[in-house]
Amino acid sequence: MRYRAVMRGQDDKRRTRPAAHELARYEALFAARTRGMKSSAMREMMALTERTDVISLAGGLPDTSTFAPELYAKLMAKVAAESTARALQYGPTEGMAATVGCIVEVMAREGTLVDPAEVIVTTGGQQVIDLVCKTLIDPGDVIVAEAPTYPGAVPTFSAYQADVEQIEIDADGMPIDALESTLDRLHAQGRRPKFIYTIPNFQNPGGVTMSLARRRRLVEVARERELLILEDNPYGLLRYEGEALPTLYSLDAENANPPTPGGSSDLVIYLGTFSKILSPGLRLGWAVAPRPVLEKLNLGKQGADLCSSSVTQMFVSAYFAERDAHGGPAWIEYVERLRELYRSRRDVMLEALAEHFGEGASWTKPQGGLFIWATLDPRIDTTDLLALARESEGVAFVPGRAAYVDGRSGSSSMRLNFAGSPERDIREGVRRIGKAMREQLGLLGSLSGAATPAGAGAASNEQAPSSATEASAPLADVVALPRRDDAAAARRRRDR
Amino acid sequence: MTAGKRVAVLKGGHSLERAVSLRSGAQVQDSLQRLGHEVVAIDVGAELVPQLLEADADVAFIALHGPGGEDGVVQGLLEALGLPYTGSGPAACIRCTDKLLAKYLMREAGIPTPAFDALREASIKELGAAAALASVEAQLGFPLVVKPAKGGSALGVKFAQDSTGLPGAMVGAFSYDSTIVLERYVEGRDLAVSVLDAPGGGSAAEASKARAVALPVVEAVPRDEGFYDYESRYEIGMTTFVCPADLAPETTERAQQLALSVYELLGCHGVARVDLMLEQDSGELWVLETNVVPGMTATSLLPQAADAGGIGFEELAERILASAFTR
Repeated sequence: MRYRAVMRGQDDKRRTRPAAHELARYEALFAARTRGMKSSAMREMMALTERTDVISLAGGLPDTSTFAPELYAKLMAKVAAESTARALQYGPTEGMAATVGCIVEVMAREGTLVDPAEVIVTTGGQQVIDLVCKTLIDPGDVIVAEAPTYPGAVPTFSAYQADVEQIEIDADGMPIDALESTLDRLHAQGRRPKFIYTIPNFQNPGGVTMSLARRRRLVEVARERELLILEDNPYGLLRYEGEALPTLYSLDAENANPPTPGGSSDLVIYLGTFSKILSPGLRLGWAVAPRPVLEKLNLGKQGADLCSSSVTQMFVSAYFAERDAHGGPAWIEYVERLRELYRSRRDVMLEALAEHFGEGASWTKPQGGLFIWATLDPRIDTTDLLALARESEGVAFVPGRAAYVDGRSGSSSMRLNFAGSPERDIREGVRRIGKAMREQLGLLGSLSGAATPAGAGAASNEQAPSSATEASAPLADVVALPRRDDAAAARRRRDR
Repeated sequence: MTAGKRVAVLKGGHSLERAVSLRSGAQVQDSLQRLGHEVVAIDVGAELVPQLLEADADVAFIALHGPGGEDGVVQGLLEALGLPYTGSGPAACIRCTDKLLAKYLMREAGIPTPAFDALREASIKELGAAAALASVEAQLGFPLVVKPAKGGSALGVKFAQDSTGLPGAMVGAFSYDSTIVLERYVEGRDLAVSVLDAPGGGSAAEASKARAVALPVVEAVPRDEGFYDYESRYEIGMTTFVCPADLAPETTERAQQLALSVYELLGCHGVARVDLMLEQDSGELWVLETNVVPGMTATSLLPQAADAGGIGFEELAERILASAFTR
């Protein structure tokens, strides 16, 4: 009977009977928040890029093929032989003490000292984002994030019905004056920001790093306004040049009032992960949080999955006990090797971009991390470009719109991963994207010339044709017919 | 009549509508199994023909959307293999999937379809077609809908508000096909009429055509998005479907009559979905396009319309399956 009442409650007054019973049956049962969990044509297209004949620069992947198979086998054997019963058993919700010890070690390597009692081990860094939202966000609460932001956080924010305000970043990360005016505006509207989500190091997808001055100012602003910060730092140790900057967590700990022994921050929730320095397949991340928040995260995690995998936690602690040939920690040597590898892949991608993307485009030059953010002519929509590039060239990237909560901004940008592919794939992938891009620019040039009457007046008109001429003039030979025919033939081949 | 068949359900493929197709296929599989058929599901790829040969099926149920699946390619292949299959034959598939061809045919036959022009990428490069844009704009006016001639994904459908936005919209649409259709934008209500061959004992194509029936009209009501955003308009959760649509009886009848005429004109078989617009100012109905393999997910328009017409999902699947044997 209750079920029927629900059905009636959902009835549209224009509807004389429920639509397809299958649909109505489930629709009536779905929580309101599922409305925010929408599938999108763009995301479905991205799912299609996981094909073997496509060079994908789209993933968020590190290169796990660099991990020594013998070491993996040795560690697994060790866990299996020495700790069978514990490895196969549930563990504590907050994580195993030995694993927490490894986390403290990783953070110390970045100059951040934490109290092990304020750490919780999670199932990947992604779970931290989910648990923080679960703990802090009521429907309609505001999260302030960077623009662009981590594409994987967007569905989580939507699922908790958060209202996300995005602050456009520049070469030094999030401009704090822009943040403050947004906070002022929200305050005037009586809307309530709960936390500021930031990726200060080698931002995903932007590739930029927040300057020290902004870091200091950000923690001050958080303190002045009593706001929490979620500091997402998956790549901090993957720095290829420049000097390491202190984490927001450690900066806030200096300011804590009263200063806490062990340097605890009371406004920053720190998110870390083993995914990029070791393996995403382990699904192990962590949060460091002020105790009252930590308690709620712990309760949230109990409801989500009770505890993270004991097997992989024990793998991590076995791994951190390994020594390299010189007696130093093996994990640090491995991170060093990854840095060398990714640095040279980054350089290859930067070279390839300079060669194939040309003057109409711009891109970030990250000092670390996995990603470069490239921005093309504003008239190119990279979602469409992906459709063309995937189909006719066999290459994929993440369209910029995935990094914006509104699904529309960032339409001329793209995220490129340089860490997960060998150098020849990086060169070839960028070449293919460049080719598809020039094809679109050539077409735009031909069309804009004819469609926009000269001297149409508006400022926006003035800008568009001039950049089109710039882009198309030197490229005229590139869009000559035979190439297009090749592409069309390739497309036909792929169709079947 | 079709009880106890061995059915190969073709789904997935590589088109942009792969995800929808997988859901359609899964739904169809469940129903056919409940109906007592033996089902072999095939995710269409490079191994399709060997898989079909190995499956040794009596009939293929096509649940593929987009290029390769509903453009006559798979249909032609199944004819080459001598395997009966559901829905329209290759010629009808070609006529419907090519929106441009369909619009030319409708215009010739006097079926109302919004004014349009077509442009090929090659003619812009080889024939200086860009210089024709001013004339196109003058004929069709703004706003304009720009869409790839082939392909059913909402991604390629663009909206141009004025001549400044037109080149970008065109280049966007050209990313999905080398031919695009520029169409007058009809402001009004989005309607869809599904047509289904009636069950019949005979197998003569003529008899079955004569008994095609139009199902109740479905209206798609965008929830809160601007009309210019075709992507979110067709995304789950952004649109509410109303069935039967709240229309004057004569409008319903006219929409259904138009759908049946288009179904016959384009030579469809078994099932099809005809999309129309009811123009706000004039009250006129305009046919936009015809879909020969309509979505079969629980939330798709065809199953909703069938349900409103008293035909449950299983019966719908069974009737579409039967269309393989009445060609």
